[in-house]
Amino acid sequence: MALSDKELNEIAYLARINIDKDSFPALKGELEQILDLFEKLNLAETDEVEAMSHPLNLSQPTRPDEVTEEDQREKLQETAPSVQSGLFLVPKVIEGEN
Amino acid sequence: MTVFNESWEAVIGLEIHVQLATNSKLFSGASTNFGALPNTQACNIDLALPGVLPVLNEEVLKMAVKLGKALNANINSPTSFARKNYFYPDSPKGYQISQMDKPIVEDGFLDIELEDGTSKRIGVTRAHLEEDAGKSLHEDFEGQSGIDLNRAGTPLIEIVSEPDINSPEEAVAYLKSIHSIIRYLEISDGNMAEGSMRCDANVSVRKIGSDELGTRTETKNVNSFRFVEKAILYEIERQISEIESGNTITQETRLYDSQANTTRPMRTKEYANDYRYFPEPDLLPVVLEDKFIKETLEQMPEMPNEKKLRFVNEYELSEYDSSLLAADKDLANFFEEVTDESKSAKLSANWIMGELSAELNKDNLHILNSKISAKQLGQLIKRIEDSTISGKIAKDVFEKMWSSGDEVDAIIEKEGLQQVTDLSEIESMVDRVINENPDQLKQYLSGKDRLFGFFVGQVMKESQGKANPAQVNEILKEKLKE
Repeated sequence: MALSDKELNEIAYLARINIDKDSFPALKGELEQILDLFEKLNLAETDEVEAMSHPLNLSQPTRPDEVTEEDQREKLQETAPSVQSGLFLVPKVIEGEN
Repeated sequence: MTVFNESWEAVIGLEIHVQLATNSKLFSGASTNFGALPNTQACNIDLALPGVLPVLNEEVLKMAVKLGKALNANINSPTSFARKNYFYPDSPKGYQISQMDKPIVEDGFLDIELEDGTSKRIGVTRAHLEEDAGKSLHEDFEGQSGIDLNRAGTPLIEIVSEPDINSPEEAVAYLKSIHSIIRYLEISDGNMAEGSMRCDANVSVRKIGSDELGTRTETKNVNSFRFVEKAILYEIERQISEIESGNTITQETRLYDSQANTTRPMRTKEYANDYRYFPEPDLLPVVLEDKFIKETLEQMPEMPNEKKLRFVNEYELSEYDSSLLAADKDLANFFEEVTDESKSAKLSANWIMGELSAELNKDNLHILNSKISAKQLGQLIKRIEDSTISGKIAKDVFEKMWSSGDEVDAIIEKEGLQQVTDLSEIESMVDRVINENPDQLKQYLSGKDRLFGFFVGQVMKESQGKANPAQVNEILKEKLKE
């Protein structure tokens, strides 16, 4: 399955990876091989097979709805690069504004 | 009423996020209390420290099962979780744990009642569990953002409707119905102002008769019933006017601005968001045993529709009164307490929806904070029923109770408000009024029947409103015949 430069750029953007133009041909070749493999997998007859969302044949244990975690803010913020008034500080990110 | 152009039809679907009222978070044992100091309720799981694993809160499953039943939906077992990947600092994991292929609740419906008394069935596509994000604060940090992760990991259930809604009024009726259900089930406080219930509206328009859907926009940030109605109406009218002036609608996310009553586009992204959903490897599929579901459903309370029918049958109230009372569980309970005391359901319903609601609205109070208790209101109605006071005087007593908190009988006693039912006393008042108004008497006797009301009014005035109106009528009729 052929991949366009545009599609490769989009994948790189979504993965937040910077790739330079020189590596395009090699990357495209590798990704196309992976896609081909999936196409082959898609040919397998799976109508009779129950979908599986986890490789272990177990079901999820649960816990009762109880507060078990104490406030450990001071300890947890010791490793934070920047903290003010109990808040973690990060570079300004605003979504939803022009 | 909606005023948009008659040749257009709106197609609306709602996504409602409901914060579940658990003690602890969806996947951690940190508290979910509202209003704690920043990051004091964010543990190592909520912070996504390396090596931690999520453990599912069982209560959340019970809540979802009850909601599924109330929405006439299927409960999926096994149900599984998925990762929804996105980068944003209020989600430290870099993904949100949500549900994709196997949501816990699927294929339901809700019958909503419209103002004209008709009902309409709205399909519920699914309801899935997911965790909430933290909060970003952008002011006061000199070019930086402050992150509070107390809310991160709080359990949400997102209820997605089919695009079966065709007007802002229907959208509000559906939203109110969902609100009523989650309050009845006690799975959420449903407080829209505090964000316990949030609504996104997918809106598109098309020419009536067209089978094709128009391009839709998603309006976010709508946090009251009134704003949902206004935001949708604005969006419908905007889309129609865009198309009519030859433009096309862009599929985008818009924010509702309640102050300007407009919606505006959020920053359009270079590429559409791709959340790259995949099954959550840290959580196994969840199997809901039959026994678990059965025991959970046994705890279901009487739901709004059932309560409404019971009110119609048991108290002989109208459908309309019953559904108004049953819409709010606390209001319905209040009504039953009042009726228990007053023994008159119809009068109790009238007083609650009339005088009491007016006072509550004026002081912006919820029924639970009413200054007059259900018992007090019941006693007041009892005093009308046993003719101690007239309905008119009762309104004065009600006002006094509301402002002073005093008991009914104490106010009646203190103010001397007992109804005059002594026949001879009323008779002498009637005589006096007739004697004092010879002109009106002459006119009445010469055929001006309307003047009867004048005489009743004068007698009531004479008695300072305390005469029993039925008795006054009767005695006047007798006397004026003579």
